[in-house]
Amino acid sequence: MGFMAVIGFAVARLRNLFAVVMLTGIFSLTAAVLYVLLDAVDVAFTEAAVGAGISTVLMLGTLALTSSEERVESTGGSRWALVLVVVTGAILVYGTFDMPAFGDPTAAIHHHVAPYYLEKSGQEIGLPNVVTSVLASYRGYDTLGEVFVIFTAAIGVLLIIGRPQFGRRRSHRMLVGELHESMRTNVILRVVSKLLIPVILLFALYVQWHGDFGPGGGFQAGVIFASGFILYALIFDIDTARTMIPARVTRIFLCLGVLLYTGVGIAGFFMGGNFLNYSVLAATPVSGQHLGILLVEFGVGLTVAAAMISIFFTFARQEH
Amino acid sequence: MMVAVTLAVLVTMALAVFRSILGPTVYDRILAVNAFGTLTVVLISVYGFLSERPEFLDLALVYALINFIGTIAVSKYVEFSHMGRPTGGDELGDI
Amino acid sequence: MDIILELLSWGLLAVGAIFLIIGGIGMVRLPDVFARMHGAGIIDTMGVGAVLSGLMIQGGMSIVTIKLILILVFIVFTSPTATHALARAALHGGVRPRNNEAPEEDTSQGGSSSKT
Repeated sequence: MGFMAVIGFAVARLRNLFAVVMLTGIFSLTAAVLYVLLDAVDVAFTEAAVGAGISTVLMLGTLALTSSEERVESTGGSRWALVLVVVTGAILVYGTFDMPAFGDPTAAIHHHVAPYYLEKSGQEIGLPNVVTSVLASYRGYDTLGEVFVIFTAAIGVLLIIGRPQFGRRRSHRMLVGELHESMRTNVILRVVSKLLIPVILLFALYVQWHGDFGPGGGFQAGVIFASGFILYALIFDIDTARTMIPARVTRIFLCLGVLLYTGVGIAGFFMGGNFLNYSVLAATPVSGQHLGILLVEFGVGLTVAAAMISIFFTFARQEH
Repeated sequence: MMVAVTLAVLVTMALAVFRSILGPTVYDRILAVNAFGTLTVVLISVYGFLSERPEFLDLALVYALINFIGTIAVSKYVEFSHMGRPTGGDELGDI
Repeated sequence: MDIILELLSWGLLAVGAIFLIIGGIGMVRLPDVFARMHGAGIIDTMGVGAVLSGLMIQGGMSIVTIKLILILVFIVFTSPTATHALARAALHGGVRPRNNEAPEEDTSQGGSSSKT
């Protein structure tokens, strides 16, 4: 954790924004290692994929549009700010003294819902990975909200910077000379990417469906799937990549994932249960849960993948 | 022995972080972040063995992947100062 | 037989750890960006390779070994590629290797320099 403190301090103090982006990448990796040490593999998975990978790439896209040095602001009244932050931090730390020790079996959170999930998950749902069963079934409503958040974020980005600006038609073609400059002529990168991208997409599918048994699930799989396409777009041009996965397709998948999730919930109505009650979806409750979790995770994966791809392409298409 | 390897990895991570904060040019920092990512892969694998939980290897594979894509993205950004240039096409933009 | 495998695994892990530290020291102490890439390369190939091979021997014949082989193959493919992309970016960005003339002025060395 000393790493994280040092890196956090450096992130706040360095002026060069590019260095800050790099250090943020290392920070996310360190956080992921911390999660691994705390035995939370799924969280570490998602933190690595999202924090260290996609966030760095997207922040670089932002940097390409803005300047790379942070503007020096005059810090006249910052003494009071520092005092306020220190006092608030101290109060928070003091508050944690009252909390039970880490891993204490008599702590309050271990007594109400958590044991119920841990004990009943085997019988009611029958999946080895309790995290997935909690995420997708016991707390399925929360996960629906998360999927909606991702969907809204993607729509927000598309609305704000997806449209060309008024009065300017983006109609200049790329000059032949520019083709020579791009990464497209780099044989090594091209060949290695062509070898790797099918493997990456296959791995994304593996993570998606294997989330019932090991770490994984919809969020991680969506990010890995998107990163395959982002790699393609980085090595070849944006337009080549856009012809491979057109805007229409990402739009459709973005909505399809959310629809699938909500549809599974509503299907519960017609089968005689509550919203998002998977037990009524199939012949036996356990297989109903399996079916429900399968479909729901697939919906999550679709939306996350489409959202990441759209956001990346929107950022990368902007001109200076 | 595993503990020794873990210590070695941690020491090397500290060296990489040192280089990433210090490195005068931007390429030093990219290099340090790349090495840090690979070291994280090793750390996860060794820790997975230490705690008898081989699911961690999926995690290590994802880290290796993300590390690679991140380094390529950063190199492209630094070399061309853009992440992809539009050349016309659909006028609706990305909507 | 078991003892030999155990010793082999320990030996590989120790060698891997040593190479990791050597690569790390190289990254800090070498004078130039391109030289430091050598240090990172040592970490990526020898360090990771030896450590993962040692772990593979410990894992025996199981799915764990297959996953470790996948990780190793992936790193062997992607790490040199990433270093190559970085070196290209550095060269195009104007970083000159230390104690080396710019490529255009290499005519004093004899005939075999070509314009890059």
